[in-house]
Amino acid sequence: MTISTTVNGKAVTLNAEPDSPLLWAIREELGLTGTKFGCGIAACGACTVHVNGEPARSCSLPVSEVAGKSITTIEGIKGADGTLHAVQKAWIAAQVPQCGYCQSGQIMAAVALIEKTGKPSDDQIDEAMTNICRCGTYPRIRKAIHAATGQAATAVEGAA
Amino acid sequence: MADNPTLEMEQPAPAKRKGVKRRAFLIGGVAIVGAGLFGISIMDSNAVKTAAKLTAGKGEHSFATWLKIAEDNVITIYSPHTDIGQGSNTGLAQMLAEELDANWDLVKLVSAPAESAFANVGLGRGFLGEMTGQPGIINGVPQSFLSFIARQMNLQITGGSSALRFTGQVTFQKVGAATRLALIETAAKRLGVPAAELTTQDSHVIHAKSSRSLPYGKLAAEAATLSLNNEPKLKDPKNYRLMRQSVPRLDIPAKVDGTAQYGMDFSVPDMRVATIMAAPARGGKLTSVDEAPALAVKGVEKVIKLDDAVAVVAKGYWAAISGLRAMTPQFTDGGNGGISTASIFKAYDDLIAKGDPAGEAGEGDVKAAMGPKPVEAKYQVPFLHHAMMEPFALTAHYKDGKLDIWGGMQDPLASKMMAVDVSGLDSDKVTFHPMLIGGSFGRRLPMYMEIVSQVTKLAMQLPYPVKLIWSREEEIAQGAYRPQSAAVLKANVTANKRIAAFSNDYAQTESAEAETTFIYNLPAVARRNYEHKSNQITGAWRSVNSTQQGFYNESFMDELAHAAGVDPVEFRRNHLKADSRHLRVLDECARLANWKAPLPEGVGRGVAIVESFKTIVAHVIEASVKEDGMPKVHKITTVVDAGSIVNPDAAKAQIEGGTIMGLSSAIGEAVTLEKGAVQQSNFSDYPLLKLADAPLVHDIHFINSGAYMGGIGEPGVPPAAPALANALFAATGKRVRNLPILTQAKA
Repeated sequence: MTISTTVNGKAVTLNAEPDSPLLWAIREELGLTGTKFGCGIAACGACTVHVNGEPARSCSLPVSEVAGKSITTIEGIKGADGTLHAVQKAWIAAQVPQCGYCQSGQIMAAVALIEKTGKPSDDQIDEAMTNICRCGTYPRIRKAIHAATGQAATAVEGAA
Repeated sequence: MADNPTLEMEQPAPAKRKGVKRRAFLIGGVAIVGAGLFGISIMDSNAVKTAAKLTAGKGEHSFATWLKIAEDNVITIYSPHTDIGQGSNTGLAQMLAEELDANWDLVKLVSAPAESAFANVGLGRGFLGEMTGQPGIINGVPQSFLSFIARQMNLQITGGSSALRFTGQVTFQKVGAATRLALIETAAKRLGVPAAELTTQDSHVIHAKSSRSLPYGKLAAEAATLSLNNEPKLKDPKNYRLMRQSVPRLDIPAKVDGTAQYGMDFSVPDMRVATIMAAPARGGKLTSVDEAPALAVKGVEKVIKLDDAVAVVAKGYWAAISGLRAMTPQFTDGGNGGISTASIFKAYDDLIAKGDPAGEAGEGDVKAAMGPKPVEAKYQVPFLHHAMMEPFALTAHYKDGKLDIWGGMQDPLASKMMAVDVSGLDSDKVTFHPMLIGGSFGRRLPMYMEIVSQVTKLAMQLPYPVKLIWSREEEIAQGAYRPQSAAVLKANVTANKRIAAFSNDYAQTESAEAETTFIYNLPAVARRNYEHKSNQITGAWRSVNSTQQGFYNESFMDELAHAAGVDPVEFRRNHLKADSRHLRVLDECARLANWKAPLPEGVGRGVAIVESFKTIVAHVIEASVKEDGMPKVHKITTVVDAGSIVNPDAAKAQIEGGTIMGLSSAIGEAVTLEKGAVQQSNFSDYPLLKLADAPLVHDIHFINSGAYMGGIGEPGVPPAAPALANALFAATGKRVRNLPILTQAKA
């Protein structure tokens, strides 16, 4: 079946089985490989995208559910002139990524959290940032979220 | 590792190998380092000329394989290592650029296309045989150092700092320094002044007296024709401008905007996607499978039966995995149906009770000194999975008699060798194209890359390129695990509160002696290993055997301190050599952690100190127990002596991450077996630590002792579990002897 949706501001038509996950349409049909496959059961968050501004784990979201909705992937959060999003800049400044595989999902989760809360507290970060990072970049993720929202890196003395 | 790589190195690899043997892969692993040595030792050889042809374009001039200088002053450095996120390639570039006095803004780092050049050296001539059979070519590298490299090979592959320690210190710094000398020599001739009057800075040779300077790019063509000095003098560290600086990592920008391309992301036109299921009980074979339900799934094109697995080939991953799940393949258990976690622990207990070890090390007469009533404790730890975030994914294409493979593996050479063996093709018909790796921690090592064999088998019978992706379920069930292990520790603590005898009887797949360092200075110590193999593959898991040995020894030292009624830091101090690096690390850690400061009710403080990969790390952890019985880590103080540090911030990141991986495994991770098969399937039942449970405060300090450079990717792991367990004992009075803590919290 064909499903009409918007991805990174562009109208697209996806040819996919209705029950197939959005992740594979994004990666294999649209060729946007910044969104990653990690677990297939919405446990790790490597596949996090925004659907109408809300974070969603695309490996477990059937494409039929995104018809008519607006999807943003990691490739779509830069400014129109190509400048990095404040969160991306903070990620570089804090030297967050190690292997980097989970970081698209982490950044998408962080952008959604910041859009929702403005200046997230440590508790809000704990609650929202449930994506898994095996390299253990969590202290720097916390630090980068604070920095991106103009907050001093209060607690994470050790990081960077 | 049971195999002794040092011994392996004394035998040249056979020119033609049949079958995939671990020995060959060990050699392959060493050979990457060997290739690094090769570069410096044959600065004027044909190999260097070949590399120059491969890398240097018009207006570019190649030096000693690893470096080229362009006429516009852009400097390109070729790294033979795969950066898996530890920042090792940035570190290597820093080391070369430092000695070269390069302008960092114009330095580019590229993966060595010389992978193929190395492969030619290696596969064409039996590369290690080349090195060991003709040691004369390895100028200036003592045999003992080669043996050292071989012994540390696990680190070479899994940890980036070995890249710096070996390739960096042995080769890249020397290449930078020797190239700088050649540039100075060229400039001296051109300016008509003595070389001694010239200095270098920011990719320029400078003659201060006459206020003249020449950019490297204008000297490179002529300098590239000179013979390079094989043993150039290196800089005094006090003059460093790039090394020991937190230079931003070169790989990071592409990892924040989705442009970084991992093996999982590769695609070519007409490519199909396959996924696979191997026998759940390792060692089993495929007996039958009804393909019809898979072929009925839209997009599925083919079902391929392998000896021990079944694969589904489809237009995309979702169709492939849906097809695979629609089938009910039948496998034998390979005679392993009786193997379970409990049966393995039972076998360990029996072996240790029988007291006939496979190997023994230590000092003094432990039997005589143990006394009638030793303190005794038994510990158990489970198999652990690497659980790297990128599941295995390789693409292969067999066309016109040639096989190409794309993906992220730790040893592209050995991957290629495996594909050569499996395909039966000549080595010059097989190319492995290395890509970024989404985490490894020891998982993507040559000895357990069955996916290379699988994708080769699929590609050889398909008319189109195929990307084989392992599902997370396959990944968890078919791992190369940190061994399940058990240990009985005993010690005699005498009336003067000193240890008179200490023994550690541990059982697992193989001896850990070559990899773990026992740091305490005791009159009598025995470390005895008992070997028992299951049907599982045990592999190198970040810090390898130091994880479980660190947990055993440092938990037991804590038990002994309490038995003696001595403060745990003080007790350790009393058993470390005066003026030792270990004592300094411990003292600094205790001081910085305010070890004696009072803590809130319910919070305990624990210490552990472990040396692994020549680096000493102490953690002090403050922790409590949550209502659900799970630990809460409040604060960690860490002191690290790795000799010296190339990039402090990148090193800090490795210690942060290693500590978190150690905590994660201690708290929640276990791979268990029933009927020979792994019971876990995904992150739902193999839980990794999440951000909310990571320490809010992690205070990390480095001691630059100037000792020989140690590793940094792995040594943060081993002291984490015992420091946590010791903190929980301090908080609750309950001793954690079995990991993970989750299992006991739920029991």
